[in-house]
Amino acid sequence: MVIFDNVSKVYPGGQKAVDSLSLTINPGEFVCFIGPSGCGKTTTMKMINRLHEPTSGTLTVDGKDIMAMDPVELRRSIGYVIQQVGLFPHMTIAQNVELVPKLLGWPAEKCRQRVDELLPLVGLDSAQYRDRFPRELSGGQQQRIGVIRALAAEPDLILMDEPFGALDPITREALQDELKKLQAKLKKTIIFVTHDMDEALKLADRIVVMKAGRAHQVATPEELLRHPKDEWVAQFIGRDRLTDRPELLTVQEVMIRKVVTVDPDHGLAEAVATMRQRRVNSLLVTDPDDRLLGLITASEIDLARKGRVADVMRTEVATLTPDESAQVAFERILLEHLDFLPVVEADRKVVGLITRTSLADALSRAIWKDGGVA
Amino acid sequence: MEALLRLLSQPRVQQDLLVQMGRHLTLAGSAVLLAILVAVPLGVFLTRAPRFAQPVMTVVGLLQTLPSVALLAFMIPVLGIGWQPSLAALLLYALLPILRNTYTGITGVDQALLEAGRGMGMTPRQLLWQVELPMAFRVIMSGIRVSTVLIIGWTTLAAFVGGGGLGEVILTGFAMVSPAHILAGGVPVTLLALLADWGLGRLERRLTPRGLRV
Repeated sequence: MVIFDNVSKVYPGGQKAVDSLSLTINPGEFVCFIGPSGCGKTTTMKMINRLHEPTSGTLTVDGKDIMAMDPVELRRSIGYVIQQVGLFPHMTIAQNVELVPKLLGWPAEKCRQRVDELLPLVGLDSAQYRDRFPRELSGGQQQRIGVIRALAAEPDLILMDEPFGALDPITREALQDELKKLQAKLKKTIIFVTHDMDEALKLADRIVVMKAGRAHQVATPEELLRHPKDEWVAQFIGRDRLTDRPELLTVQEVMIRKVVTVDPDHGLAEAVATMRQRRVNSLLVTDPDDRLLGLITASEIDLARKGRVADVMRTEVATLTPDESAQVAFERILLEHLDFLPVVEADRKVVGLITRTSLADALSRAIWKDGGVA
Repeated sequence: MEALLRLLSQPRVQQDLLVQMGRHLTLAGSAVLLAILVAVPLGVFLTRAPRFAQPVMTVVGLLQTLPSVALLAFMIPVLGIGWQPSLAALLLYALLPILRNTYTGITGVDQALLEAGRGMGMTPRQLLWQVELPMAFRVIMSGIRVSTVLIIGWTTLAAFVGGGGLGEVILTGFAMVSPAHILAGGVPVTLLALLADWGLGRLERRLTPRGLRV
């Protein structure tokens, strides 16, 4: 548990890097600090292991005031991963990983075992890699070593300073996935600084959005997307992300606009012909002003055999309005086993249709982030 | 050439050459060793107290620009004649390359590595021995090589103040107007310098941490 109680950091010269920050980070929590450069996120993190020291306020780790602790001892009890990987090029992979255990005076045999235990955790074969040097590894492999080096002495708390910032996007994603899994397995408290919103949304249990040295908004990724505190946060999250999420889309953004309708005065044979031609198994019945009157399905026509559309149609039709959440629409389609839901305005004018296909479209849009719904 | 061979065939001359070569090496070697003992710690200190770095480097740099014969002469009133003034003067000359390379080698260590080390809980002493010195090793070592080659050459001048060494042979050559003597003294100096540079190069390679070898 890490508790910031009214912590400030003022640099010599009066620049306030962190301004009266109060925040509690719970055991096992994955917290991301995010914000534009110069917002104090890195300074905040580095105060925890006293690479920077708070000017006022108290910062406690597991109930102990860090300013009362020996900084060297404090740092050895906290895992630390930095952006430039920070592996020592003159040491082997094993020597790098066992560095903190060695500093803590673990016996050589225990250090060796620990290395053999940790390497497979990030998918690297110990026999193959332990005696190599960092420069013989790829960037992604090096940062995997960086991560397990932080885990070596079994700290409960790990600080990560933009650890994946220098990696290519594919490697970065792979490492994020691995870290998330590792965290689920090991239940460490992780404090992670990033400027990449996607990364924060993907990894964090809670996101601390920092602005000018203050915790501007502290929220779960879900809350942050749904209720950005103000325009600044919304801007920072990015408009794209806000609309790319299926739960934040509205019906009118995902509905199909070309709707097959039939006039109530048409004969059933004509309705069947339209269905055949348009390859649908039901039709919306509308008046000349496109107002919804009812619904007619192939099986109902089949039972009645003859007559007019108006005689056979169902007038009780479940509908949606254009402003409803698309997520709600999808849930209704799935739960009520519907093929589609018509979208009508207040005056019952039909404007579109939500089908199972629109669900697939919206999903693909959220995943691949392109437009492309008709 | 013939005169040189005739000279070298005399057992007394051979013996004298060997003795002077031994003295030469001892003198140069001691000067470099002492310089390492002074310059490396001083260089490390300057990286911890950067505001002294510039003044100290300037002073040491000035020493280097003094004409060597003059520096030797200045030493005589203080240390008399013999090997002592020679050693002192050579030591002063040997300092700069080692000091400068120690300083730049250590300040050149990637800040990210230092921060990683500090963040993991290394003490300043552990950082110095386990990170900074190994990382700066090659730069420091090349400073030592430069100093050694320089000092082997300058040790020749020790003969002017009675310090011995191959310079004696060369001085004899001047006195007797004997080019053979000058060559007999001068060529070994060059060879020794080349040999020392080569040997130290090998040593540097051997001692460079494996992960840093290119």
